[in-house]
Amino acid sequence: MSSLLKNIIRFICFILVQAFILDKVPPLHQYVKPIFYFLFILWLPFTINRSWQMIIAFAFGLSMDYFSGTPGLHAIPCVLIAYLRPFLLNILLPRETTEVSYAEPSIKSLGLVPYAVYILILTFIHHSCLVFIEWLEFGDFLYFVAKVAACTGISLLLIFVTELLFPRKAKYRTNA
Amino acid sequence: MLAGSGSKHATGNISVRNIFLFIRRFFNLILFFVLQGVAIYILATYNKTHEAVLGAVANEVTGNISQQYNNVEYYFQLKKTNEALAKENAQLRNQLKSSFDNPDTALVVKTDSLLKDTLGLVRKYNFLYAKVVNNSFTEENNYITLHRGALQGVTTNMAVIGPEGIVGKVIMVSDNYSRVMSLLNRKSKVSAMLKKGFYSGDLEWDGGNPAFLTLSKISKSAQPKKGDTVLTSNISEKLSFPPGLVVGTVEAIIPDTESSFLTLKIRSATNFFSLQYVYLTGNLLGKEQQDLEDKTPKD
Repeated sequence: MSSLLKNIIRFICFILVQAFILDKVPPLHQYVKPIFYFLFILWLPFTINRSWQMIIAFAFGLSMDYFSGTPGLHAIPCVLIAYLRPFLLNILLPRETTEVSYAEPSIKSLGLVPYAVYILILTFIHHSCLVFIEWLEFGDFLYFVAKVAACTGISLLLIFVTELLFPRKAKYRTNA
Repeated sequence: MLAGSGSKHATGNISVRNIFLFIRRFFNLILFFVLQGVAIYILATYNKTHEAVLGAVANEVTGNISQQYNNVEYYFQLKKTNEALAKENAQLRNQLKSSFDNPDTALVVKTDSLLKDTLGLVRKYNFLYAKVVNNSFTEENNYITLHRGALQGVTTNMAVIGPEGIVGKVIMVSDNYSRVMSLLNRKSKVSAMLKKGFYSGDLEWDGGNPAFLTLSKISKSAQPKKGDTVLTSNISEKLSFPPGLVVGTVEAIIPDTESSFLTLKIRSATNFFSLQYVYLTGNLLGKEQQDLEDKTPKD
């Protein structure tokens, strides 16, 4: 399956799963809200141009917004993490080996610990940004931090489960 | 740098080239800010331009998908819906005229003729029913989508009422769908009053537990108790809610020592988790009232 087709299918699946499964789950607690859709952006291939990454993230965030009825709300954190992603990958990647040989970030291509760090940092940034815009203020700072931390925790759990359920074959990119 | 007559021309060229170099070097950063700007613009104008073309088209598309989803989900809730409808039927039957039959004694009071004045009654509220095809309650700002739109008589600002209590108000309308700002929305503000003593205040939501709402600006002299009923007030008519609809019951009283007002925690009468059918109503005389109020001289 080509990378383009795979990512288009992912685009649709992530949005539908978030809009019609996770957003329908009755809240466990007012802090805890499962957010998961942004994994699409974290899984984008290495090779996409940085500008395109941001444009794709913008379109993706906006599509998500139209399902949740708040145009612009998800687009902002999505573009933010798409912008920060290459910087983080540059730090975490041993350049010569992985960027050339693997198609997209995964446990196999980055190694378990760098991949976990990569997911953790971007998830945290995404949630902080999202919650902040949603409130347009820090409000009670402790509440803010607790909500971001709780959301990050549940998102990491969901991502972990997804990684277990759908082991992606880390394909070698051949130069041929 | 060149000397003499050619220098002016050359500096001009260099500065233009510098601008292009600058744009090329920082293209990603600039694109980042442009995209963020667009997103913030969309977010900021969303409240003002509900009727934007893009909004209406997107509403139609997402509404269609939501309806497919709801067709499946609806099946699982048939039993609950049936129960709610039966309960409401019973409630309506109780209000039928035939349910009020005076015993045949000499003391019968004929009230029929008193219901009409010489001009006849003027209809003020018109009720439409609509099926809920999308409903959220986990966000900070929650919205509901109804499968009934402009072609079926829905207009913006109509009040939305569930079988058990009020639900929200219509903010966007497309041809066949409409979008409702639920009471569970930080931007939602409805006037409500205590049934006991008619003290009115503002009904809002703090973004926390979806089962509870907040009623603020209640005068301390109201002396509310736990369990008191809260209704929509005459002032909520402006938002097209008929007065006297159930909003919820008082769950807790939060005293405010600094002001002479109380804040009440209200248990919402509507169960937002299992909404299936709602009623839409608009104040048919609302425009006249608004026009008159707009004529008030401002000075």
